[in-house]
Amino acid sequence: MQKKDIGLAVLVLVVGAIVALINPRFLSPINLANTANLIGLFGLFSVAEAFVIVTAGIELSVGSVIALLGVLFVDLIVVQGVPWPLALVIVLILGGVIGLLHGLLITRLRLQPFVVTLCGLLIYRGIARFYTADGTAGFSFGDKFPVLEWLVSGRTGGVPHSIIAFGIVAVVAWVVMHRTILGRHLFAVGKNEEAARYAGINTTRVIILAYVICAFLTAFSAIFFAMYTRSIHPASHGNFYELYGIAAAVLGGFSLRGGEGSIVGVVLGVVLLQILQNLVNLLGIPSSLNFAVMGSVILIGVIADTQIANYRSRRRQALALEELASAERPLTASQ
Amino acid sequence: MSDNSAQRIGLSLAGITKVYPGVVALKNVDLSIRGGEVVGLIGENGAGKSTLMKVLGGTIAPDSGAIAIDGERFDALTPAMATSRGIAFVHQELNAFTNLDVAGNVLLGRELKTGPLRLLDRKAMAREVEPILALLGTRFGANDPVADLSLADQQLLEIARALSMNARLVILDEPTSSLTISETQTLLDVIRQLRKKGVAILFISHRLSEIEEIADRVVVLRDGCNAGDLSKDQISKHRMVQLMIGRDLNQFYDKRDHMAKAPVLEFRNVATSAFPESRVDLSVRAGEILGVAGLVGAGRTELALAAFGIDARLGGEVLVNGRALPSSSVSASIEAGLCLVPENRKEQGLFLDFPIYENIALPSLPRLSRHGLVDHRAEARLANGSRERLSIKTSSVARPVAELSGGNQQKVVLAKWLAMNPRVVIFDEPTRGIDVGAKSEVYRLMQDLANEGVGILMISSDMEEVIGVSDRVAVMCNGEIAGILNAHELSEEAILRLAVG
Repeated sequence: MQKKDIGLAVLVLVVGAIVALINPRFLSPINLANTANLIGLFGLFSVAEAFVIVTAGIELSVGSVIALLGVLFVDLIVVQGVPWPLALVIVLILGGVIGLLHGLLITRLRLQPFVVTLCGLLIYRGIARFYTADGTAGFSFGDKFPVLEWLVSGRTGGVPHSIIAFGIVAVVAWVVMHRTILGRHLFAVGKNEEAARYAGINTTRVIILAYVICAFLTAFSAIFFAMYTRSIHPASHGNFYELYGIAAAVLGGFSLRGGEGSIVGVVLGVVLLQILQNLVNLLGIPSSLNFAVMGSVILIGVIADTQIANYRSRRRQALALEELASAERPLTASQ
Repeated sequence: MSDNSAQRIGLSLAGITKVYPGVVALKNVDLSIRGGEVVGLIGENGAGKSTLMKVLGGTIAPDSGAIAIDGERFDALTPAMATSRGIAFVHQELNAFTNLDVAGNVLLGRELKTGPLRLLDRKAMAREVEPILALLGTRFGANDPVADLSLADQQLLEIARALSMNARLVILDEPTSSLTISETQTLLDVIRQLRKKGVAILFISHRLSEIEEIADRVVVLRDGCNAGDLSKDQISKHRMVQLMIGRDLNQFYDKRDHMAKAPVLEFRNVATSAFPESRVDLSVRAGEILGVAGLVGAGRTELALAAFGIDARLGGEVLVNGRALPSSSVSASIEAGLCLVPENRKEQGLFLDFPIYENIALPSLPRLSRHGLVDHRAEARLANGSRERLSIKTSSVARPVAELSGGNQQKVVLAKWLAMNPRVVIFDEPTRGIDVGAKSEVYRLMQDLANEGVGILMISSDMEEVIGVSDRVAVMCNGEIAGILNAHELSEEAILRLAVG
């Protein structure tokens, strides 16, 4: 674990303890299970976002992709009668294709990630609304998918399956990002794309892969969200989720300039954001202040982080000066 | 400019010290200059000239020392203070805005406005700029688009900009590095004009003959310290070189003839995008150090990038050990045994915030992995081995590269490639920005590599280096090989004659 991660873990525990002290209901099994479920749901696409951010890119279409693919998934199994395993595969492949498209536009046509994915945000949202004629895509009474429902929104021993899925995805993501060659290349490309090219890294391939991984994981989370809400309003489903994912990644130590961050950090970031939401609910803070609380905590976190970094570099400078002074002393003494 | 130039500047820097983690950039440096004086500031790459200039321009605050301008004392300047007191820069890298016209560039940030809407008054701006252009004798007018100007004209444009701000001290940083000989003469004439008007000129150049011609006094820096001052009658190339390198010129490396050996790197009819009309034929033999000299912009770096695969080739073939390389694939070049130590170490060669071991291991990762997972211990072994072999000075290979001095950073770049067992290494300006001690270490490493049979292509603008280190020297001019000099033919004059075409 990096130093930043430890700091964040301490913060999570402190905030959690405060909430638990003020309102013991925080630790009730129902509340814990609900919070865990939300952590799982929001964690899946936050980890996805991290893969793009580490390359100094950004993915703004996460929420719209969750809406579009969610609508498609429900439509496929409910209306078209496609067997759900096949529908799942189709949706995951579609996610991968969306990521591939973004990656190609960014690397081959040299478009800015912000622009490409902003257009994606608008386009996919529009298609989702058009596809359902702005109606709701959902399950009618009597639609039953017992296996799918158990897998995606069920619980085992009180633990929601969404957080189990998130746990597995997070572990795999951690191995990929921190233990494989691809992971090294993601960090290298994000920190200094030119130097990465000079080191023989195929930067185009690495960047495209980042967007494919991101969109694929987003598609995966779209299925969880579809089964969780069970009725999808394509105009609002998934709104702002990309910003939530970016917030979790930034809170978890990812720099939007790329090349920095850890999966442990983004997981802790997701946990902290969910505890904060919980805090708003349990402490009776008006829920309209929800976003304001999130924003303030992230801002304070980022300011603290840069101040600590400034302090460290000033101290390094002072040490170097001291070293010079002590190196000079014997020299002047001998003269 | 007429109002202020009456009051001549009197500027002095005393005891300026600036330290960065791992490197002392300036140590107790003194410098003074008065209006109507041309002072040449010289020193090898990395001697501290540019840091000193940044102190003068207010972009760097010194750690200690004092700056006095017209008797007023400062601990540090800001860019605004420097400008308001009449200090103006003409940078080596020209930063003209090619989307504006000449007047727009000269008066950038001080545009003249007219009417209630404060619109740009283009006519008044042209009227303001024309007299300055006339003084400089430029061929271009106030409303010409800057995109059409040559490099030499852009240089004059920068000087015009300095003068329009009532500059009393103009700092010229390597102003002639991309100019032809006749353009250089024009510039020197302009400098004489300004001197007559009472402007102080600080002239930084590697071209000692220009310094000899124009300077009233020379200040020499070496390793961040004052190495000595020369008054007008003391200025000679020999004295300047002596002070710059701190020894006489007689230290030569042993030159050998490698012509009997097999070529490890061959260029056949290679055309680069910078000079699509030119064709280059050149070969580097096993164990040979082939220097590539030429003026800035002669197409040397472009040739290296086309071979390494960063840029696409427009034609021709590059062969390593007799096997043709595909165009624009860096990984294929590395696999074939061709490596590049790039010109711009910090942007192209290193990940400054990453630990040393990650920088060294990056291209070797496939070899250092098992089942797709990177083996940390193997990485550390590799890095520690390189640290010992190249004597990289650091407390641990887990420290970020940014903390190392320039010379040690260069060793990290080299270590990265040595781990790949290269057949040929291209060095592009290998000692730019590193101190003298580390320089000789880099030369020794190059010699060792050559002795092991590795072919070396060394691009360098440093004459001492080219002549001292190379077994043969290819001189480039306008994208072509103007000539190849063997060891016994090497001299600064011979190289320059070929370089200017």
